[in-house]
Amino acid sequence: MTEPGGTPLLELRGVTKTYGGVQALADVGFAIQPATVHALVGENGAGKSTLVKIVTGVIHPDDGELLIDGAPTRVGDPQAAHRLGIVAMYQEPTVFPDLTVAENVFAGRHPRSGVRTVDWRALRIEASRILDELGVDFGPDTPVRGLGVADRQLLEIAKALSSSARLLIMDEPTAALSPNEVENLFATVRRLRERGVAIVFISHRLEEVTLIADTVTILRDGRHVATQPAAELSHGAIVRLMVGRSLDALFPKEEAEIGDVVFRAGGLSRGGVFSKVSFELRRGEIVGLAGFVGSGRTEVARSIFGIDPLDTGRLWIEGEEFRPRSPRAALRRGLAYLPEDRLHQGLVQPMSVGKNVSMAVLPELTPGGFLRPRRERALARRFMNQLRIKATSPAQIVRSLSGGNQQKVVLSKWLAADPKILILDEPTHGVDVGTKADVHRTISHLAAQGLTILLISSELLEVLGMSDRILVMREGRLVAEIGRAEATQERVIAAAAGVAEAAA
Amino acid sequence: MNFPLRRTSAQSLASAVFRLREIGILFALGAAVAFFAIRAPNFLSTGNWQGIAQNVAIVIVVGVGETLVVLTRNIDLSVGSIVGLTAYLSAATFAHHTGASVALVALIAIAIGFGLGLVNGLLVAVARVPAIIATLATLAIYRGVDVQITGGGNITAYQLPDRFLKLASTKPVGVPTLAWIAAGVAIVGAAAVRWAPWSRDFYAIGSNPEAARFAGIPVGRRVITAFAISGALAGLGGFLFASRFPTVDAVAAKGFELDVITAVVIGGVNVFGGSGTMLGVVLGALLVATIQDGFTLLRISEFWRLFFNGFAIVVAVTIDALVTRRLQEALRRRRAEALAARHLEAGT
Repeated sequence: MTEPGGTPLLELRGVTKTYGGVQALADVGFAIQPATVHALVGENGAGKSTLVKIVTGVIHPDDGELLIDGAPTRVGDPQAAHRLGIVAMYQEPTVFPDLTVAENVFAGRHPRSGVRTVDWRALRIEASRILDELGVDFGPDTPVRGLGVADRQLLEIAKALSSSARLLIMDEPTAALSPNEVENLFATVRRLRERGVAIVFISHRLEEVTLIADTVTILRDGRHVATQPAAELSHGAIVRLMVGRSLDALFPKEEAEIGDVVFRAGGLSRGGVFSKVSFELRRGEIVGLAGFVGSGRTEVARSIFGIDPLDTGRLWIEGEEFRPRSPRAALRRGLAYLPEDRLHQGLVQPMSVGKNVSMAVLPELTPGGFLRPRRERALARRFMNQLRIKATSPAQIVRSLSGGNQQKVVLSKWLAADPKILILDEPTHGVDVGTKADVHRTISHLAAQGLTILLISSELLEVLGMSDRILVMREGRLVAEIGRAEATQERVIAAAAGVAEAAA
Repeated sequence: MNFPLRRTSAQSLASAVFRLREIGILFALGAAVAFFAIRAPNFLSTGNWQGIAQNVAIVIVVGVGETLVVLTRNIDLSVGSIVGLTAYLSAATFAHHTGASVALVALIAIAIGFGLGLVNGLLVAVARVPAIIATLATLAIYRGVDVQITGGGNITAYQLPDRFLKLASTKPVGVPTLAWIAAGVAIVGAAAVRWAPWSRDFYAIGSNPEAARFAGIPVGRRVITAFAISGALAGLGGFLFASRFPTVDAVAAKGFELDVITAVVIGGVNVFGGSGTMLGVVLGALLVATIQDGFTLLRISEFWRLFFNGFAIVVAVTIDALVTRRLQEALRRRRAEALAARHLEAGT
């Protein structure tokens, strides 16, 4: 598309970023040429999102520099990025539910008429034009509150198109789109490219990458692995570069006796989120639930635990039907769920370890209506020993603990309720390597004691290393079930990305 | 790829629900008028209507400013104290300078209100104090200043020039001057939230503050603007208050913020920001004023007046929450069905 010698629109040199001890990006450097589609691929946690945030000025690198048109540039904040013509479409749509589609597209930049008033006619016409270009089936006056995830994603694209971007970053723009909509999107991307816009395209679907991208950059564990013309890379080559490692990292999986079916889900559906999900879990089994972010893994878990309502589907626990009305009801039936966003959903930060651990079992600690602090402390000490939580005492405030130890406190909280089935959502997300192994040991140990574990994780190695069986989700559907013996990184990625396995 | 039918159905469902609010208040208003007309003999007299118009006028003036603040997902509790303080200062100015120009004193009151509102805005946007706490604090502080300035004394109607008192007593075309002023403020306010680009930002900020920041909207500056306008209109409200109730002391307009917030909330402005209309606020204020007037005519006790205020807020917010949830659920289902139909057509 461009002569290789031209000045890149954007060049990164030695970009490094560390988050509380975890290296998100290490010495990353590559260049993006104008009028190209540049795919950015890598496993979850490879550093793609961090990179996008740095380029759009949301966060600042610890080290390294950004060159725009060959000149070192500091991108201070998102507004500065806008001024430089860098526009990002975020993975999590940032829409205004109370406003109409047209107003969302032009939020903060309403077209104006004569006396600096909002020109509603121009607003609607401009918005209509962009929506038609995208080929969507909602109009400018539609209230955004009624739009689903896919439509909101399209709205994000419309927003990005409405601003005069030179560099457009699309973070998983197709994750929730139908094939038809993807086609329209790609036509738009190609049109933009002809106008000289550079597009950074982030996607887990490899056939899309090879279809649309001119250049592919691969990141792994926060490091830059390769930047090559897309034509020179096969799917298999991309997967190998993304994964890079072999499964020799140590996962202390204890042998557990696998017993009867304790949990069964039949035809679970929730409109627009997931559909017809059926599976079984056995006693003492660790079942991995793999799939990319947005594939519906977490949503299934939330519905099973009674947080979001199911549209259809039935659940059985130990042969008896169970209706997930509320987390409270789920807990009573022996289900426990450790949420993904532990800092917000799982812990009360300003409270002590003891109070957090006892939260789900307070009635048992309060005979006669008064809390017995001694019992609470004893409970906390038991788990502090069992899970090796590094805290000075049950009275220590949770906020002051490290991420890994906080994770163990959440785990203790749910274990205190003595569950039969434990759903873990990204249990080691953002914890350091040492703690990770510790958490893995704990999980394995719990399974060996007869607990059933559903392990949701974006980290392939973790899923492969820990699971007896792996379920793979893609776009809200369960697309594969792979036994421990047959499971390989390539197979799981291929299933999650929807590429033919032969290619990988 | 166009489905005009589906497009209009989703759209009309939502706008119907929003209009429903205003129609609902109109119905309630009609019911209240009918009830009091039968029970209270004087209710339908011109004099009574003029009284209601005068009572509601100041609530509307201050309510327009409060609406802007609530749209941004904040709240201004200090408006009662600002009204009290500026009412006293307006009256005191006339008492000491009998010849002062009415327009000039009004401008001074507005400017003082603007300054006090600016302080609220800075506390919320710059010092990051939650609005409910920041304005609770300034509610106390501004009232304290008021007490200090009045020194326990008061100003009576005898000390004020007729030119000023006429503001409340004249009734051009049978409608009190105060009501004309309120109508003007409400129309300007309605036009602003419809056509001023900066006030569209209020809706965006209240709807999703994080997204507003990403969209490059100067969130802090807009929030400060909303509080400053709220303060300025409370200042104007104070000026009008002094002409309507010319005996002004340190407790003037105490608790007035409750009337204002009730009108705003009943008028359908979402307390979580992002939606609401000035027409709704005007209707909300009218409903509250009508019912209170009826209660007074029927000699129903102060307890029931306050009870009704609180009860109405609870009912309004509950209905809001239910309607929003139902609407979202209905729209989501409608889309899901449409998508499923399309998938079927495409044969996937």
